[in-house]
Amino acid sequence: MAQIRIKNIRKEFGDFVAVKESSFTIEDGEFFMLLGPSGCGKTTTLRMIAGLELPTSGQIFLDGEEISQKPPSQRDIAFVFQMFALYPHMNVRKNISYPLVSQGMPRAQIREKIGEVAKILGIEGILDRPVGGLSGGDRQRVALGRAIVREPKAFMMDEPLGALDAEFRERMAEELRALHDRMGATTVYVTHDQLEAMQMGDKIVVMNNAVVEQFGTPQEIYDKPATMFVADFIGSPSMNFLRFEGKLDKGAEEVSFGGSTMGMPRLNEGAEGALVFGARPEHVRLTDDSAYRAKVLATEYLGTTQIVTMDSPNGEIKARIGSEQPARVGETVGLSFVSSTVTMFDEATGRALGSALNEGVQGHG
Amino acid sequence: MAEVQLTGISKAYGATQALSEIDLTVPDGSFVVLLGPTGAGKTTTLRLIAGLEQQDKGDILIGGRTVNRETPAQRDVAMVFQQYSLYPHLSVRDNLAFPLRSPILNVGKEEIERRVREVAEVLHIPHKLDNKATELSGGEMQRVSIGRALVRDPAIYLMDEPLSSLDARLRSDLRIELKRIHAEMAATLLYVTHDQVEAMTMASHVGVLNEGQLVQFGTPREIYEDPRTEYVAARLGQPRINLLPVGLFGESAPQGAVRIGLRPEHIEQGSGRDAVVIRVEHLGDQTRLHLKLAEHDVITLTDPHTGLNPGDTVAITPRNALFFDAEGDRIR
Repeated sequence: MAQIRIKNIRKEFGDFVAVKESSFTIEDGEFFMLLGPSGCGKTTTLRMIAGLELPTSGQIFLDGEEISQKPPSQRDIAFVFQMFALYPHMNVRKNISYPLVSQGMPRAQIREKIGEVAKILGIEGILDRPVGGLSGGDRQRVALGRAIVREPKAFMMDEPLGALDAEFRERMAEELRALHDRMGATTVYVTHDQLEAMQMGDKIVVMNNAVVEQFGTPQEIYDKPATMFVADFIGSPSMNFLRFEGKLDKGAEEVSFGGSTMGMPRLNEGAEGALVFGARPEHVRLTDDSAYRAKVLATEYLGTTQIVTMDSPNGEIKARIGSEQPARVGETVGLSFVSSTVTMFDEATGRALGSALNEGVQGHG
Repeated sequence: MAEVQLTGISKAYGATQALSEIDLTVPDGSFVVLLGPTGAGKTTTLRLIAGLEQQDKGDILIGGRTVNRETPAQRDVAMVFQQYSLYPHLSVRDNLAFPLRSPILNVGKEEIERRVREVAEVLHIPHKLDNKATELSGGEMQRVSIGRALVRDPAIYLMDEPLSSLDARLRSDLRIELKRIHAEMAATLLYVTHDQVEAMTMASHVGVLNEGQLVQFGTPREIYEDPRTEYVAARLGQPRINLLPVGLFGESAPQGAVRIGLRPEHIEQGSGRDAVVIRVEHLGDQTRLHLKLAEHDVITLTDPHTGLNPGDTVAITPRNALFFDAEGDRIR
């Protein structure tokens, strides 16, 4: 299997820059997510790794060997498309064996391989069925089978679950991840769904406007967002941004706004002007004795937890608290924040200020 | 606004029984959400109330009046569909005013303008009134199509998955807005969806439908904490409730119980039976532990910064288990 290293890769289509100098490394056996909104450059990046597009500049290494300008057929990478195109006139067995037949593999060997793949995917029972009458899940499995049977060095997947409804998507996501754990093949997966990325990925690259915003494990990206974009894009509800004008010195561990003083991780750099205090909903506490007051606009029951939406002196705030805690629409409550989890941002650049929390985080690059 | 009551409603399409003996009361001023998967009978229920279909059996009462033989117009209901249908060549103002300009209603010009303004305020789109419908974003279009229902003052609003075509962020904004609109207008609302989050967060009452039958009706909290069947227990909660054979933990169980239902948050770690960690799923605010316990898959929650890794062993024990019999009915 394979390590994939991306170095300063760039792609232009005429005047349009689809991907700006991006670098990251996909380790052998990782389930790797390219995450971002539509038009961010994630699919172009995936297509460059597969060889369906050639980079304008920069390099791609597969197991140390440079493949940037090689045709797809010489890369040994399998591509699984969205809406999995199957050959409708062929049965399941023929669909899966097609790549092997076109390679000229002997029949007995093909038969053996199909058996193995069908077992991995749990589709032994439908091998002789036409693909036309299959359920969505089985079609997905057949498409995967066709990619797996070649035993490529890596799999590229472009929103393979995008067209499925929520409940089924969750099941297929679990199945895909379990399949990956059994096979251990390096997989690069494109999605715009942050929950899917968090759920399935070992590592995530977050892209926006042709730029890599951040690169890391799901928990790291969630806890230590490098930019306001990442903080907002990851998590549901997303991070609260409390905006204010102020000045912060290097080494500061407190910040004042809205008439109150809040704790935060020690800053490694100073900043001045439009600043943003970032706090995740589960790090917002409703406490009577806090001087920082907010009015409850809405509560949403979710079983063990509830989301409370409030109007604060610095804009709307959402808190995730236990559903047994009282919170009534219209009442005014005091708020406090879990200091050690706070991220401060410079509004002008959208960048997180360096602090004791986010030391060593890999942002832009 | 009015109470809507269904008694003994059945409806079949050929050999398919869409609804069987449904009894349902939508109290005046309530926000009732019917929850169920595709084919459970949700949309059929709405269409029967609206008068777009005729039931085979049973009665429909709106505000105490039997409406079985009334036309959709006579029933005085307003329906919002999943796909917004606006007049693309008209402005937002004209789209909103359209239902009021019906000659049957005979609403005066000034009254129309007043109501359109009011609804635009409620929906936060007064600055868009002069835009053409085609110049709106998806979320604004859906708000306008909800607005077209709100300008009228019907007995009940019927909504058929109005948020399902929108993206996650917009859905969560509109959930809060719909709830606010419901409170501000003191409206009676019957809303159908397959999305459990919509049901839990917006409803005053949830009705759970399964294969044409109303399995349970109650507040979101009642449905979540006190489900009547295994089916209901599995409809609400993310991750799903764990359904395991009775006796797995050596717990005492009531007579007739064959399975226990354990919500992920009702599994305690540190004592009990050893389970093997299969996968640790970091979702940010919570971390899900996928465990294997004697061939059974078990999901529980743990600290976001857990040190557990696949292959590790963790002892687990149930708390507040629910018991179900062979038919899937709850045993208390």
